[in-house]
Amino acid sequence: MSQSTNVSRRFFLKTSAVTGGGLLLGFHVMGKNPENLQLADPAIFEPNAFVKISPEGLITIMAPNPEVGQGVKTSLPMLVAEELDVEWEKVNVEQAPLDTNKYKRQVAGGSGSTPNSWDSFRKAGASARYMLLSAAASKWGVNMEHCRTENGMVIHEATGKKLSYGELAADAATVKPPDEVTLKNPRHYKIIGTRIRNVDSPKIVTGKVAFGIDTRRPGMLYAMVARPPAFGKKLASFDDTKAREVPGVKNVVRVGDKVAVLATTTWEAKKGREALILNWEDDGKLESTSDHQTAMSGFIQNTSAKPVRTDGDVEAAFSSAKKVLEATFEAPWLPHAPLEPMNFFADVREDRAELFGPSQAPERAWQDVAEALQLPKDKVTIGLSPRMGGGFGRRLMSDFMTEAALISKAAASPVLVIWTREDDMQGGHYRPTGMYRYRAAIDKFGRFSAWHLIASAANQDNAARENNFPAGAIPNFRVDSHRLQSKITIGPWRAPVHNFIAYTEETFLDEIAQELGKDPVEFRLELLDQAERNDFGKKIYNPRRFKAVMQKAADMAQWGKNQGVNGIYKGFGAHYSFNTYVAQVAEVSVQDGKIRVHKVHCAVDCGRLMNPLGAEQQIEGGIMDGLGHALYGELTFENGTVKQKNFNAYKMMRINDAPEIDVQFIESTEHPQGLGEPGLPPIGAALSNAIYAATGKRLRKQPFALAIKELDKI
Amino acid sequence: MTNPAKSRICHFGESFKILTSHLKRFQMANFNLKVNGQSYSVDVMPDTPLLWVLRDSLGLTGTKFGCGIAQCGACTVHLNGTAIRSCTLPVSAVGNKDVVTIEGLSETGNHPVQQAWIEEDVAQCGYCQAGQIMTAAALLTKTPAPTDAQIDAAMSGHICRCGTYKRIRKAVHLAAKKGGKS
Repeated sequence: MSQSTNVSRRFFLKTSAVTGGGLLLGFHVMGKNPENLQLADPAIFEPNAFVKISPEGLITIMAPNPEVGQGVKTSLPMLVAEELDVEWEKVNVEQAPLDTNKYKRQVAGGSGSTPNSWDSFRKAGASARYMLLSAAASKWGVNMEHCRTENGMVIHEATGKKLSYGELAADAATVKPPDEVTLKNPRHYKIIGTRIRNVDSPKIVTGKVAFGIDTRRPGMLYAMVARPPAFGKKLASFDDTKAREVPGVKNVVRVGDKVAVLATTTWEAKKGREALILNWEDDGKLESTSDHQTAMSGFIQNTSAKPVRTDGDVEAAFSSAKKVLEATFEAPWLPHAPLEPMNFFADVREDRAELFGPSQAPERAWQDVAEALQLPKDKVTIGLSPRMGGGFGRRLMSDFMTEAALISKAAASPVLVIWTREDDMQGGHYRPTGMYRYRAAIDKFGRFSAWHLIASAANQDNAARENNFPAGAIPNFRVDSHRLQSKITIGPWRAPVHNFIAYTEETFLDEIAQELGKDPVEFRLELLDQAERNDFGKKIYNPRRFKAVMQKAADMAQWGKNQGVNGIYKGFGAHYSFNTYVAQVAEVSVQDGKIRVHKVHCAVDCGRLMNPLGAEQQIEGGIMDGLGHALYGELTFENGTVKQKNFNAYKMMRINDAPEIDVQFIESTEHPQGLGEPGLPPIGAALSNAIYAATGKRLRKQPFALAIKELDKI
Repeated sequence: MTNPAKSRICHFGESFKILTSHLKRFQMANFNLKVNGQSYSVDVMPDTPLLWVLRDSLGLTGTKFGCGIAQCGACTVHLNGTAIRSCTLPVSAVGNKDVVTIEGLSETGNHPVQQAWIEEDVAQCGYCQAGQIMTAAALLTKTPAPTDAQIDAAMSGHICRCGTYKRIRKAVHLAAKKGGKS
């Protein structure tokens, strides 16, 4: 044992040295669990937290980032494999648990995994490769520089001698890791930039991959939870006599304002929950959608105490304007509705807790769970399910995790808490409702001279993205924002704020272009020229890159041609978010009030592409998501309760609504960016502008399928 | 299996009927099921949807829960070859019909629909895809070379929250080319 401990410790020290070289931040030598040192297998070459090579040649690459469908479980290990120089087909990818000692930023959010992993993951692969090369060179007694690697082998050029990584694993483990590594010239990439399929696909199509909801542990009970039926209600009392009589029900526990029923199957737990007698009482005002609308309509009439951004002199520009345009847009509440309903496994003992399941932000949740359980953080572990059935931001919250932990603690039992769809829809943390009032000034020379947005949204101090285009492109620019205080909880929803504000900005820009008698695309290109030539204040986008995607999308769609042919009209929308530029053209027809999207053309500049196939998927998914919610998405409240409780009342986009999509990328060597979000924002604008072209109607609120009918009635 | 509670109802009238129906709701019963060619015996409440029997009693978790009201299709399985929603089918209504789940669609994951799903790289999060694949497989058995419209009609009972619809359409066409039902 002692030998194994020594060897293992050496591995850990090596890892530390890799970190010391600045390659892997946040990695400490001795983790919180020194017993790990005894667990490591000495025969396995584990140069760092990302790579494991067994003597049999099994190459495992860890995927530390949570996988919600954004593809990082495939694309990030690709980076390691590229620099390690192994065949992708032979790589085994494994989901890592939360481990802040080994990894940084284990978060699925902000489209940030890609830009934050690009360097560190490649360096991890390169470092391991260096050690394998070095091991082979000393074994052969040759100069390392005369050796090369190829497909998991080290080859001595002169003699043609070869050793596989597996054969070298034990020796490589004794090599001092390099302080610095040389990364491949991108021209020699064999994996990065190629179309690699979802690494879990063979398991997905056979039902073999375990999502969180598929977690099964010995002695585990399933729990269904009765939660307050409205925002603004709390639990007064309950009677669980009948619930306990339901076969299979093992326990009923109260946790705060919730009552959990634990049973040997999900159905029994659900039946048990139905048999509870629950008495709820009001806890403050029960809000309705109409209350929110009234309040926000008031807010947007006035500027806020402090503007969020102000350039030039907006007041002067409006007072001297020849013409002022104005428009107000309304955003409904939206649930995330990931298809895998919320769930989490928790096994809480007196002195420790194990949680396992789907989380987009396990590190934040770790803190929250430890606090809720009043346990030190090092007594709480968070494992990540191999995949998650979507997240869209809902799983960045930790409410469902602390809830599972507290139920397990109260019941003294390992438990898998499962939410029904209805629970999920009523469960809060929504995309907030909002209102956006715009004014634009046209000066006496017929120039677009000022822009003023007054925004308001529920529970958001800043409901705007004040640096969005056309900020920086015109001299007088102001954004104000008001917070609507609400009992209804909000959370980040795929491309927060961008997901709605892009539609408002880009629709209003089309209206200004129309007023000026300009083509919408030409108008935007002119504004970007202005932005490039002038210094009108903070500019977060690169006008040239922005123009390039606009021109490309216009070319792809043959913009300016065939408008109205076969009743199909084109509309344009563009948006910059998460460091990525996206422009889209939607081809739309409207017949008898029914909106049909036939095709979407999309141009993207996200820097260098790591996996073009995955990148396309993300953009396609973002477009479908944006389209579906722009057309149909709406959550309304009556006395604190959601009216749309399931997919029969909350309409989601389906295949018969799905357009053709053509995605093209600008070739680039810029730093790569994540694509989970940026594909979504522009589509609402492209759609609304196409609807205007088809009908002459400006839709001022989503969902469009409803808004167009309301306009028809007027 | 005859239901003794039911025969008694005839004798004792309406009030007793309500009482027995309440008791019946919470009574366990034994059911024999044929799933993926294997026989199983389970003791569950008769109204338990097939979905939960598959997932919780038999450990076949490939069939997913999405909505519980037959709106999203994540729970789709084959019942005598027809794609049905297992989340609303009580186990008591299954009888001796053949149930096939995603785990039993093919022995090695090589059903043409499964292969096409991999080749077209359909899945993003992957959660809905077992259900989508089951419906696509049933469609191709009846309609070996479907048009886009036929695919849309057959698959519109499913929700893919990631929006993989474009690739689903392509994959169904590809599976049809591969010979559909294997």
